[in-house]
Amino acid sequence: MLIALIVFVAVGILFMGATFLLSRLLRPHRPNPVKLQSYECGPEPFSDAWRQMNLHYYVFAILFVLFDVEAAFLFPVALALGKLGWFAFFEVLLFVGLLLVGWYYAKRVGGMEWER
Amino acid sequence: MIEQALANPWIRQLANAALLLAVINLGVLVLIYMERKVAGFIQSRLGPVHVGPRGWLQSVADALKLILKEDIIPAPADRFLFVLAPFFVFVPVLAVFLVLPFNAGWVAHDFSLAALYVIAAGTVAIMGIVMAGWGTNNKYSLLGGLRSAAQLVSYEIPVVLAILAVVFYAQSMSLVDIAEAQRGFGWFIFHPPLLVAAFVYMIGQLAETNRTPFDLPEAESELVSGFHTEYSGIRFAMFFLAEFANTFFAAALAVVLFFGGWDGLPGLTGALWLVAKSYVLVFVLMWIRWTLPRVRVDQLLGFAWKVLVPIGLIVVLWAAASVVYAGGAKP
Repeated sequence: MLIALIVFVAVGILFMGATFLLSRLLRPHRPNPVKLQSYECGPEPFSDAWRQMNLHYYVFAILFVLFDVEAAFLFPVALALGKLGWFAFFEVLLFVGLLLVGWYYAKRVGGMEWER
Repeated sequence: MIEQALANPWIRQLANAALLLAVINLGVLVLIYMERKVAGFIQSRLGPVHVGPRGWLQSVADALKLILKEDIIPAPADRFLFVLAPFFVFVPVLAVFLVLPFNAGWVAHDFSLAALYVIAAGTVAIMGIVMAGWGTNNKYSLLGGLRSAAQLVSYEIPVVLAILAVVFYAQSMSLVDIAEAQRGFGWFIFHPPLLVAAFVYMIGQLAETNRTPFDLPEAESELVSGFHTEYSGIRFAMFFLAEFANTFFAAALAVVLFFGGWDGLPGLTGALWLVAKSYVLVFVLMWIRWTLPRVRVDQLLGFAWKVLVPIGLIVVLWAAASVVYAGGAKP
């Protein structure tokens, strides 16, 4: 597995590097200050974009971690469920049921709203 | 001689990677032509007609044009992140093809965690998109990059849950085993829980591949072009290549998970069936893209969390129950 992954990543990087190099040999290169400005629909750019901004996203990131970890726990169960039978199924039911309660709570307190 | 060389795992994987790279590049050329033709016919026009017979050399001309274009790195940008970002977007797409089985035995490397690997490798691209958005130092790029992060992360969950439902049915995470389990038209799409899972998966992938109605990261009318606003020439081409390759992979993975993989009528080789079915699914994605308008960002995230996630969880439970009800055999 590791060999395959290393080779694939290396081939991907090499392919991109080779294409960039080919393009570099063929394309024109005539920069000027106006061309290198940030694009802002015509007007002169007035500041850079690296400033504090309101991130609505962190709540979604937390929810993502929550449900992704849940899925990660369920994958091993999925492989063995046929042998484990109903008892394991009810444990899965309990586990997912608890998460659904949590999901409902997050929905109630507005954790899934964009505007806050 | 060749067999001897291919016995070496490094050389074999090198050959596999080169072959898949060629397949991806050719496939993307076809997809770009197809996208423009489909878009053209849906909008009552002809699409490309001038370059080559019926315009089928148009994508080759596009690729040449992009290679010959000047490469502009804006002065305020963080050069390191700007240059690195396309690598983080394209390389994972090539890496996920590693486990995709095209036919019985036609897989670069099959291993027991393939389904998890696909999910994990696919997530790396989000990092590249955020890097591009932040590194460009442009307000449109930043907004597009951060929106992408929220969107891709949110729609990841329904996709993962849909794959999980399939894993419950197949009792294996290897994509080869999953495809084998559907031999002889026992396709998973014919089982009610997985039919729902297939819908959840396709909607999720529509968002993961940034296609309308979920193309907010690009949203031409509001964000110019989103995270790749300032990318030009060959660097832009790489984002484009990655996006189309990803679309093809999403469709091919759907075929493996739900539509029987290489299973088809006898007479044609399995790989052709897989590719044909994938292209049909890609056509469906394009059809949706050129038919529906774009949704708003709050609707987009609300839909993922309030509708798709609970449906996904219930489908997982449903799939688990039917597996246990069948006594562990294939339901």
